[in-house]
Amino acid sequence: MSMPNLRVRLFGIACLVMAIALPFCVSTYYTQFLAKALIMGMLAMSLNLVVGHGGLVSLCHAAFFGLAGYVLALLSPRYDAASLLTTLPIAILCSGTAALLIGALVLRTRGVYFIMVTLAFGEMLFFFFHDTKFAGGSDGISVNIRPEIAIAGRQLLDLDKPMTFYFVVLGFLVGVIALLTMVVRSPFGRALAAARDNERRARSLGFPIFRLRLTAFTLSGALAGVAGYLAAAQFGFVAPQMLGWHQSATILVMVLIGGLRSVTGPLVGALVLIGMEEVLKAHLDNWKLVEGLIIIGIVILLPNGVRQIWSMVFGASPQRAAEIKPAAAEARHA
Amino acid sequence: MDLITLGVQLLNAVQYGAVLFLVASGLTLVFGILGVINLAHGAFYMLGAYLAYWITLMTGSFVVALLGGVLVAFIAGILLETVFVRLLYGRDHLAQVLLSFGLILVIDEIRQLLFGKDVHAVAPPAWLSGSIQLTDNLSYPVYRLAICVFCLMAALVIFFVIARTKIGMIVRAGSENREMARVLGIKFDRVNRYVFAAGIALAALGGILIAPISTVFPGMGDGMLILSFVVVVLGGIGSVAGAAVGALLIGLTDTFGKVFFPSVSSILIYVVMAAVLLWRPSGILGRQDA
Repeated sequence: MSMPNLRVRLFGIACLVMAIALPFCVSTYYTQFLAKALIMGMLAMSLNLVVGHGGLVSLCHAAFFGLAGYVLALLSPRYDAASLLTTLPIAILCSGTAALLIGALVLRTRGVYFIMVTLAFGEMLFFFFHDTKFAGGSDGISVNIRPEIAIAGRQLLDLDKPMTFYFVVLGFLVGVIALLTMVVRSPFGRALAAARDNERRARSLGFPIFRLRLTAFTLSGALAGVAGYLAAAQFGFVAPQMLGWHQSATILVMVLIGGLRSVTGPLVGALVLIGMEEVLKAHLDNWKLVEGLIIIGIVILLPNGVRQIWSMVFGASPQRAAEIKPAAAEARHA
Repeated sequence: MDLITLGVQLLNAVQYGAVLFLVASGLTLVFGILGVINLAHGAFYMLGAYLAYWITLMTGSFVVALLGGVLVAFIAGILLETVFVRLLYGRDHLAQVLLSFGLILVIDEIRQLLFGKDVHAVAPPAWLSGSIQLTDNLSYPVYRLAICVFCLMAALVIFFVIARTKIGMIVRAGSENREMARVLGIKFDRVNRYVFAAGIALAALGGILIAPISTVFPGMGDGMLILSFVVVVLGGIGSVAGAAVGALLIGLTDTFGKVFFPSVSSILIYVVMAAVLLWRPSGILGRQDA
C-alpha cells in the first residue's frame, strides 16, 4: 500500500496517546481488561501476516499462542518468579520452532486442505497437553508468580501492578506493530503478497514461494508466542483450551472484523470483539447465541471488516473501494 | 495378544471406522459439490446424539429416534442452506470458516436451551442389547456388530446412489466440472440444497448411531469434526471412496494405537496424517493437481 500520509500518522499518534492516558482514567479492572484486549490484538495481528498478507487461512494459530503460555508455566519455579529476560526468548523460540515444523508440513497443501490440516495439527498440540499428565492434563497448570524483569537481581519493573503490566504489554504491542509494518513493506512482504495475489506468476518470476510462506508462518507463530507468554503471565494460568481451535477461529473472527489488508486492522477487530463479548456477557445468559449470530451477520454483510461501516455511512471514495474489493475475491484462489 | 482379542479389536476398529466414514462422507460430499467447508458438521453430529437421547426418552423407541433424528437433521439442513449457506457460494474460504463457526456457537446454545448441558446415556433397542459370548470371559455387544452391518449397508447405498443413479451422476458431474454441468442444464440450486441436507443428515446419523455406545455430551462434536477432517484429508477431498479408505485407516490406527502404544495414542493419527501428507499432499485418492 502507499506511503502513510500525514493523516494516518496523526491518527496513529492520537491512538497511542489515548492508550497511554487510558489507564490513568479508568479503574484497575478496565486496565486489566485493556491489557487482555491488547494481547489478543497482538495475537490477531500476528495471525494476519499469514491470513491477510499471505492469503492462507490458518486454523492452528492458537496452538502457538498456548504453547508459549505452557513454556512459561513449565519454566516458572514454584515459589519464585521466572526471569522474563530468559523465559520470553525461550517461549518465542518454542512457538517459532513449532510453527516452523508444522508449517513445513502444512504448506505442502493448498486452499481447503490447508485449513483442514492446520486445524488437525493445532488439535494435535491441544490433545498433547490435554492427554499428558506432565503439564496438568485437562486441568491446566498455574503460573504461581508472575515473571519479573530484573537485571543482576535488581527488579526493574513490577509486573504485579496492573498499570505496569499494561504498559509493558503496550510496549510489546508497539514493537510488534513496528516489526509487522516493516515486514509487510519490505521486499519480503511484497513477495509474500505477490504469491497471495497470483501464485503462478510469482513462481514464474522466481520467488521461492514455499520458503516465503514458511518464513511468514514461522514469524507469525513466534509473535503469537509473545502474546501467549504475556497472556499466561497476566492470568497466571494456562489450560489446553488456550490451544484449541475455537480460540483459533475466534482470532480469525477478529482478523475479519478488523480487515485483512492492514497491519493494525486485526487489533481493532480484537478490541471490537472483546468489547462486544464483555457487553454481551454482562447482560445475557446465552450470550454465545447472540455472538454467533453477530459473527454470521458480519461475515454476510461486512466481508471487508467494520471499516466498511465507515464507508457505508460516509460514502466510500472510489479509489478505496477499488483497493478493498479484490481482497475478498482473490483469497478464494489461495 | 491371542487371536480372539485381536479379532475383537479389529471389529472395534471397523466399527469406529464405519461411523467415521458416515460422518466424513457427509463432509466430503458437501465440499465436493457445494465447494463449502462446513465447520458446523461436528455440531450436527452432536445434535444427532442429543436428538437420539431426547426422542428415545419421549417415545421409548430407538428406531423412531433414528428415523426422526435423521429427518429433523435433513429438514434443518434444507432450512440452513436456504437461509445461510447459499450466501457462501463463491465466497472465500475465510468467510465459510467463520460463518460455520458462528453457526457452531448458535447450535451449541440452541442445544443448551433445548436439552441442557448434561451428559446422557442412551439405551440401544432391546433386541440389540445383548452380547455374544466369545470365550469364558470375553463377549462382544450385539449393538456394535449391528453398527458395523448398518454402516456397511449405508455405505453400499451411498456408493450405489453415487455410481448408479441419476442424482449420483449429477453429483459426480458437479464435483468434476461444475461449470460444464451447469452449461448442460443442471440446476445446482436444488442439487446443492439436497446434498447439503444429506451431508448434515449423515453427520446426525453418525451421532445417533454412536449415542448408545458412547455418552452424549456437549463437546462431542468437536472431536468428531477434527477426526472427519483428518479422514477427508487422508482420503482426498470430495472423494467418497477416499473417505472410506481414510476412515478405515483412522479406525485401525486409533484402536490399535490404544492397544499397543497407549501413551502416545492421541498423537498417532496425526503422525499418520503427516506421513500421508508427505507422501501425497492431496490425499490417497485425491486428484494430485490440486
